[in-house]
Amino acid sequence: MEKKENKKLELFLTFLKIGAFTFGGGYAMIPLIQKEVCENKKWLTDDDILEIVAIAESTPGPIAINSATFVGYRTAGILGAMCATLGVVLPSFLIITIISMVLREFSSYRAVKYAFFGIRAGVLALIIKALISMYKKCTKNIFSYCIAAAAFVFAAFTDINAVFIIIGCAVAGLIYFFTTANKAKEASK
Amino acid sequence: MILLELFITFFRIGLFTFGGGYAMLPLVQEAVVKKGWMTNEQIVDFIAVSESTPGPFAINISTYVGNETGGIIGGICATLGVVLPSFIVILIVAKCFDKFRKSKAVEGCMTGLKPAVIGMIGSAVVSIGLTVFFPSGLTTAVFTGISFYVSLAIFAAALFFTLKKKISPIIIIASSAVIGIIAGFALNL
Repeated sequence: MEKKENKKLELFLTFLKIGAFTFGGGYAMIPLIQKEVCENKKWLTDDDILEIVAIAESTPGPIAINSATFVGYRTAGILGAMCATLGVVLPSFLIITIISMVLREFSSYRAVKYAFFGIRAGVLALIIKALISMYKKCTKNIFSYCIAAAAFVFAAFTDINAVFIIIGCAVAGLIYFFTTANKAKEASK
Repeated sequence: MILLELFITFFRIGLFTFGGGYAMLPLVQEAVVKKGWMTNEQIVDFIAVSESTPGPFAINISTYVGNETGGIIGGICATLGVVLPSFIVILIVAKCFDKFRKSKAVEGCMTGLKPAVIGMIGSAVVSIGLTVFFPSGLTTAVFTGISFYVSLAIFAAALFFTLKKKISPIIIIASSAVIGIIAGFALNL
């Protein structure tokens, strides 16, 4: 029993460390999780991590939370999942809470205004970079291009809620997936 | 009441975000700007803060919006909201892991969701680009204003260094800030 308690504390501390030292979040966190969870603690194997990434990508929510919950559950059940998730969230939460107070104090300074004027243009470049790397990882066929274009048009030029765009595209993906699967089956007959 | 609204808003955002990093951006932008909690400009400023502090973007942005609109308790409600859907879904998936991995329905949904996220982030990039380059709206006067060209130069340089030289985001943000401050005081923007 005591050993189990230790494991939960260890999960919390391990993910606290991961949360405190990942910049950029999401995928940047995967190598850290792998190092801590597989190499140092030997809770899971490298293959488990690959599966966790695959699962995290196809379930809703941020990858960091998904992986922490999954590793915690695999290692020590539901309480383990809670400890790992709390651990990964806590550093961000505390740092941002402090920063939001500081930002409010300093935002009226001229230098800070100019700094953010410059930063905005730089951040736009960073988001475009993220977009390009997502595009590189995505399947490239006519269906993908049509969905991306449709999602863009609906999000940019209509008032349709983003949630409905996402649901619509998921349904379109389902229909496309099963019709092409059936066609392939008939062709092989 | 604001606390409940924060929780529900971020719960919905967490539930409908697929993929890491900026996949959450279009949903956050839609909800937060529409409710008047933050402006587009504030979101861009915050992305810079989030890139320069540890932890996943999802946690950082929900903590920040929560803090700004409902104090520390607001931060807790928003963060709890964004975490909870992932947490619950992962616990369910972990129980029927093999079924989920081999599910054709999940694979089908993902063929639609991946390109959809790209299209929607594209739309977010356009609206953020408009606020960066044309903060006071699209008029012909913009092109004669010096700040437009300073923004454009910073953007072009940042894009070059992040794409071609793989410079880390923190360095990009720090240099953009410095250039913004120098240009701001030198040209009296």
